[in-house]
Amino acid sequence: MAYLFNTPESQADMLQTVGVGSIEELFDQVPRELRLDRPLQLPPPLSEIELESHLRDIARQNVGASGQVSFLGGGIYDHFIPAAVDAIAGRSEFYTSYTPYQAEASQGSLQTFFEYQTLICQLTGMDVSNASLYEGATAMVEAVLMAMRVTGRRGKVIVLGSVHPEYRNTLTTYLRHFDTEIVTVPTPHGTADPGDVTSLIDDRTAAVIVQHPNFFGCLESPREIFAAAKQQGALSISVFDPISLGILERPADHGADIAVAEGQSLGIPLQYGGPYLGIFACRQEYLRQMPGRLIGETVDREGRRCFVLTLGTREQHIRRDKATSNICTNQGLLAVRATVYLSLLGPRGLREIAELCCQKAHYAAEQLTANTGLKLAFDRPFFKEFVLRCPDDAANFAHRVRSAGDIGPVLSRFSTPTGELAASAKSLLLVAVTESRTKSQIDCLAKTIRSECSSATKK
Amino acid sequence: MTFMRNRQATNLVFELSQPGRRAAAYPACDVPARPLSELLPSNQLAPQLPDLPELTEPDVIRHFTNLSTLNMSVDTHFYPLGSCTMKYNPKRHERLASLPGLVDLHPYQTEDAQQGMLSILFELQQMLGEIAGLPAVSLQPAAGAHGEMTALLTAAAYFHDRGEKRTKVLFPQSAHGTNPASAAIAGFDCVQLKGQADGFVDLAELKAHLDDKTAVFMITNPNTLGLFERDIAKISHLLHDVGGLVYIDGANMNAILGITRPGDFGGDMMHYNVHKTFTGPHGSGGPGAGPIAVRDFLADYLPGPIVTRTSSEGTDRFQLTTPTKSIGRVRSHFGNVGILLRGYLYLRTLGAAGLKAVSEQAVLNANYLRAKLEDVLPVPHGERCMHEFVASAQKSKTEKGITALDIAKRLLDYGYYAPTVYFPLVVPEALMIEPTETESQQTLDAFADTIRTILNEPPEFLHSAPHATPVSRPDEVKAGRQLVLRWKR
Repeated sequence: MAYLFNTPESQADMLQTVGVGSIEELFDQVPRELRLDRPLQLPPPLSEIELESHLRDIARQNVGASGQVSFLGGGIYDHFIPAAVDAIAGRSEFYTSYTPYQAEASQGSLQTFFEYQTLICQLTGMDVSNASLYEGATAMVEAVLMAMRVTGRRGKVIVLGSVHPEYRNTLTTYLRHFDTEIVTVPTPHGTADPGDVTSLIDDRTAAVIVQHPNFFGCLESPREIFAAAKQQGALSISVFDPISLGILERPADHGADIAVAEGQSLGIPLQYGGPYLGIFACRQEYLRQMPGRLIGETVDREGRRCFVLTLGTREQHIRRDKATSNICTNQGLLAVRATVYLSLLGPRGLREIAELCCQKAHYAAEQLTANTGLKLAFDRPFFKEFVLRCPDDAANFAHRVRSAGDIGPVLSRFSTPTGELAASAKSLLLVAVTESRTKSQIDCLAKTIRSECSSATKK
Repeated sequence: MTFMRNRQATNLVFELSQPGRRAAAYPACDVPARPLSELLPSNQLAPQLPDLPELTEPDVIRHFTNLSTLNMSVDTHFYPLGSCTMKYNPKRHERLASLPGLVDLHPYQTEDAQQGMLSILFELQQMLGEIAGLPAVSLQPAAGAHGEMTALLTAAAYFHDRGEKRTKVLFPQSAHGTNPASAAIAGFDCVQLKGQADGFVDLAELKAHLDDKTAVFMITNPNTLGLFERDIAKISHLLHDVGGLVYIDGANMNAILGITRPGDFGGDMMHYNVHKTFTGPHGSGGPGAGPIAVRDFLADYLPGPIVTRTSSEGTDRFQLTTPTKSIGRVRSHFGNVGILLRGYLYLRTLGAAGLKAVSEQAVLNANYLRAKLEDVLPVPHGERCMHEFVASAQKSKTEKGITALDIAKRLLDYGYYAPTVYFPLVVPEALMIEPTETESQQTLDAFADTIRTILNEPPEFLHSAPHATPVSRPDEVKAGRQLVLRWKR
């Protein structure tokens, strides 16, 4: 039997020490009528050799990013992951330890999370960061819940239609039992007009949420929107792309009170949807309303610098139903990955990646719209991602060109904003370009699209 | 541990930074580059480089490798942290979860390009449904607490649909803190029930709180004292009689795999902790995965997407489906697939008999250790335990002044991670010990001997333990009062 130590002889000896005659007897406290009287119906066990062969067969039925050229984005990107990230995250001492309840035996994790908190503060310009949450959407929802606690307002939450559709969907789920009105600002031209947003903010508004760059890749105008929120006493929530901060101003610079992000870009593999990393940082004054674990510096009994879990009085194990969140663990191993990733990149590495993404995305946008029949859907500045309007149904179109590369999710798969965009979403494609893409890959895709479009025209 | 320690390398990464150093180098831009000011509005550009430390790759590796050695872990130490099920994490999972075609799958690929992954997730849904005795499964929740909240939102949607206004969630005093916290987030009023002196649910107390406002009773079974809730069937009947639902916190599933099923003892909903029961590595505190299993009548309300299968002419096809009356998403993307995949691999390795043996051995190990320690660390509740037990250091505290914390701290010196201490609150000087099935009799013997040794050491020496760790007894009060949550220049 896999992973069990004790031999039958050893078991017999142990049973004797316990004072029972059989393992069966150990389960006496489980009422007999509640016991399962048959074996579980599970597939038969596999040896390691069989398991590996089975899984390789299954993996071959998938098409991974390394097996094709990927232009997929939508919040999750195949940014390059340096081998050093895997080497550290694969250390057993990080991999197989748990929440650092015993600080003396967990200084490795604690110091790494302290460094993580500092790196996130440096990156965003915010005052404090927690030690991470689950992923981007729940980080955004936790920010909204925190804004409600801070402002004491539950009347209204304003969210731009250009915020990731799955994040907005998650927010709706969490708030379904509140009377809170979620006002979605239409963004038919790819971004919100700041004036449209500011006119909606009132003294019932707990929070205003702006994703920048937004789901379509376009740059919003968070500065104007957040200034208006501040005037009305609402909190400003910025959903940012960590990689974009290599060249774009920081959330703190445009007035965010809470900055949240999906941290997958920071050295975390795609792995079909998770686990990822929820980044959460805010201004100092809201510290005690923060969700999630916090690591603080202190000294030990000999005065040596060390790190501990702190401000636990916000958390569920102490405050129970009055806690700031129900979250228990953070995403420890993913925070380790992000910490190593940012340490490897340094200031110039992050700048270079951001510039490469931006330059290549703009080159791709130019090439993919040159004599291809495709057009940029929005005339707005963008960072590493952009939306194309196809001549016909985008899903069919993407299917036809997929032999050369995947050109991104089809926007009609999402619950899109109201208005003009909803009607046209079926023809829209989202294209992401990371530093991993090369000119020849982009040229190849453009060429394929051109020939596809010209053959379609001939038909 | 303090021997041969590279102290320089474990300075903060910011203190190791040297201007001009760098690790990552990226290829030159191979497309015609344009000035950034032409591509982006200049008033949105960062005025300076990001503020990050500057290190070489060897600096980074040496720093974090040395930091890692300051941790205890399952791979290096016995880690009997009660309630956390710190079992061995099979290495095969790491290799297999890293295969191309799995680790590099983008969540927005077309269904054609992810049929293999969907087949795994479908099979996992079925296996988890079978183990729970609750057929409808959502793999979306990211952790146990997230699963609790998801199930409660699912229940709320069900009641709402039936036109029932049920506002109360009940739970015993000994519940995990996440239970009330999750109920609060899901919009319910929380009612905490006093337990009986013997650690079980007080049926009279429960009855007194049941009415047509009762939505859900949340209960961990086996409970946090490591005891199987003997009246669980009666409890379930009481709840069902008033139209309420029973939620099983699956934190302690390691005790009952293939022995009894939450669905069979009256549970209507439950969550798994895949990172505990099914060996997702604990990763210094996450990531977890907290899938939920519910009864058929709740299936339509589960969050989407869920994997469904259609078969035609002997060929299976898998697709992502959102249930008709779904509460909506509880996160982005499918779920913590990397952890779910490890759970799948574990279940495929063990099969039904192997899984049952896990619980049998986990319960044997716990009872053995309990028996070995009972004379020095009495267990106030129950004659025997399930997969863990809660001992009390009250006797040693009274007789010698040796507290649960002293024992926990001194264990670190001897190379054992400490049990969970001071939880559950119903046991004074609690030490919650969960050995798991992946420890040998020899390890348990050595651990028991160590506890005895510790209890014979001078109390003053124990009050200042640990002595062999890199640091000892951090000043937590100072940490909370003079908050330093980040490094600053």
